[in-house]
Amino acid sequence: MLTPLKEFATDIRIQQMEEFKTRGFGHLGGSLSITDCLAALYGGILRIDPKNPSWEDRDRLVVSKGHSGPAVYATLALKKYFPLSVLQTLNQNGTTLPSHCDRNLTPGIDMTTGSLGQGASTACGMALGLKLSGKDTRVYLVLGDGECQEGQVWEMALFAAHHKLGNFIAFLDYNKRQLDGYTADICDLEDPAEKFRSFNWYAKRIKGDDPDLIRETILETQKEQGDRPAIIVLDTVKGSGVKQIEAIELNHHVNITAELADEIIVQLKKEKEG
Amino acid sequence: MFQCIYNGEKEAKAGKNVFGATIRKMLEEDPQVVYLDADLMNSIGTSGLENTLPNQVIEVGIQEANMMGVAGGLSAVGKKPFAHTFAAFAARRCYDQVFISIAYAKNNVRIIGSDPGVTAAYNGGTHMPFEDICLYRAIPHATVIEFTDSAMTASLLPKLKDRPGLTYCRLSRKNCVAVYSEDSTFEPGVANVLRDGKDVTIIACGMMVAEALQAAVELEKEGISAAVIDMFTIKSLDEACVLEFAKKTGAIVTAENGNIVGGLGAAVAAYLSETYVTPVIRVGVKDEFGQVGTPEYLAGVYGLTAADIISAARKAISIK
Repeated sequence: MLTPLKEFATDIRIQQMEEFKTRGFGHLGGSLSITDCLAALYGGILRIDPKNPSWEDRDRLVVSKGHSGPAVYATLALKKYFPLSVLQTLNQNGTTLPSHCDRNLTPGIDMTTGSLGQGASTACGMALGLKLSGKDTRVYLVLGDGECQEGQVWEMALFAAHHKLGNFIAFLDYNKRQLDGYTADICDLEDPAEKFRSFNWYAKRIKGDDPDLIRETILETQKEQGDRPAIIVLDTVKGSGVKQIEAIELNHHVNITAELADEIIVQLKKEKEG
Repeated sequence: MFQCIYNGEKEAKAGKNVFGATIRKMLEEDPQVVYLDADLMNSIGTSGLENTLPNQVIEVGIQEANMMGVAGGLSAVGKKPFAHTFAAFAARRCYDQVFISIAYAKNNVRIIGSDPGVTAAYNGGTHMPFEDICLYRAIPHATVIEFTDSAMTASLLPKLKDRPGLTYCRLSRKNCVAVYSEDSTFEPGVANVLRDGKDVTIIACGMMVAEALQAAVELEKEGISAAVIDMFTIKSLDEACVLEFAKKTGAIVTAENGNIVGGLGAAVAAYLSETYVTPVIRVGVKDEFGQVGTPEYLAGVYGLTAADIISAARKAISIK
């Protein structure tokens, strides 16, 4: 039997496959690798109201690795921000679900992202603004590992610590792969938790494929971070949860046939049933 | 309503002092207004505000890219950000952040770029923005403004605090030549006709407005009647005004303190070529980099003087 959060994560993966199946290609690797994090966040951590996506006192989530939009859209549809049928319009002409997150197109998306590094600063600005307004809402940020090669991420890291953003929690999807290959070969991040600690962040590094562990770590981080920004480095696998995608070495953006998508959906449904 | 008080003299107050006082007033009047700077508060007359208004003033440090993203995020949670850096940095160092995190994301942010064109003076080529008008014009739906003098800054800046989307403002830190009375008011997108004329129209912005007024006085002595328009909103261009004066005078000169590539002159010429074909002679920097020097020396080097406008006017009239 899967735990409720694991079941939610599996449902998010199934819905992603439905999205990708219609278009036949997409950013599968990095969408799948943040799925367990999204399950934890939308499975009880985020203070949100899907009926009122622009509720002023909601928590915010900025997915700075904006190409993981499909994973977020699947989650939002399952949370009833919009009908599941909308997922089939991913990247279709005139869609409300573009490949990269767009706050002006999709209900529930808090910030437009896609040019890497930029969501780091906008999320930080949101956290600062909410803190200056005396709100008790939190801002969550999802960073990619390749994204941390952008200097802007480290400008933000200095700034967030300086401004004591204790309402700010980032996740780093450390799946070790980027478009052209392995991060270790291209421009190594080494131990990102240690790097953020040296910027005076509260930092934890955990296995990133267990939504229950992620949930537990977020709750612990909220208690422990004090007035420091926090980062939870998630050791993930690019393509996580779908062995056929994990096995593709360069799986940043891949083609997928309807047959393979259906095969994966059957497999995931079986996992749910145990 | 505005009153033109031009007589060639400079304003008593430096642009930076007026800017600092105007920002302070806005912060005090509206708690949602926030001011961000990238380590140039001491240069623009805002230093000290971080101590008196700590919840509204954010000294970001030397990180323009992060500053623009933070400004976008602040807007997304209901703040009204004004972000300042030198115009060269506002244009070149953080263009993608301005483009995506502010304009494309439909956040409401006002960016102030100081030291436009040759007014960057002794900071030289690295700090001398000839390209900022062009770059900001190329951002969809952006508003691009150049304050003509400090009277305009004091009056117009507060009007921008609730303006939707991206607004870019060029501002001189120095003492400008006085063009407007202190009680003048301005409407974004509506050009000011400072002087009527029959033979040629000079459309200018920023420090070139005063040069244009001077040129008109001298042209009058030659028997040439020149209209002068202050196109302080470079985008959106006041097309109705351009068309009216193209029809009335049949010859146009544009004058700007920046590269003619993609600037005010390019906007005017492009508009007229599609509506009412009229000679347009552009006075501005002819595709060059900046260098150190006094603004007066540099205006001579790059052809940004009343004399250059006069030559351009004669040329425009000759090819009517």
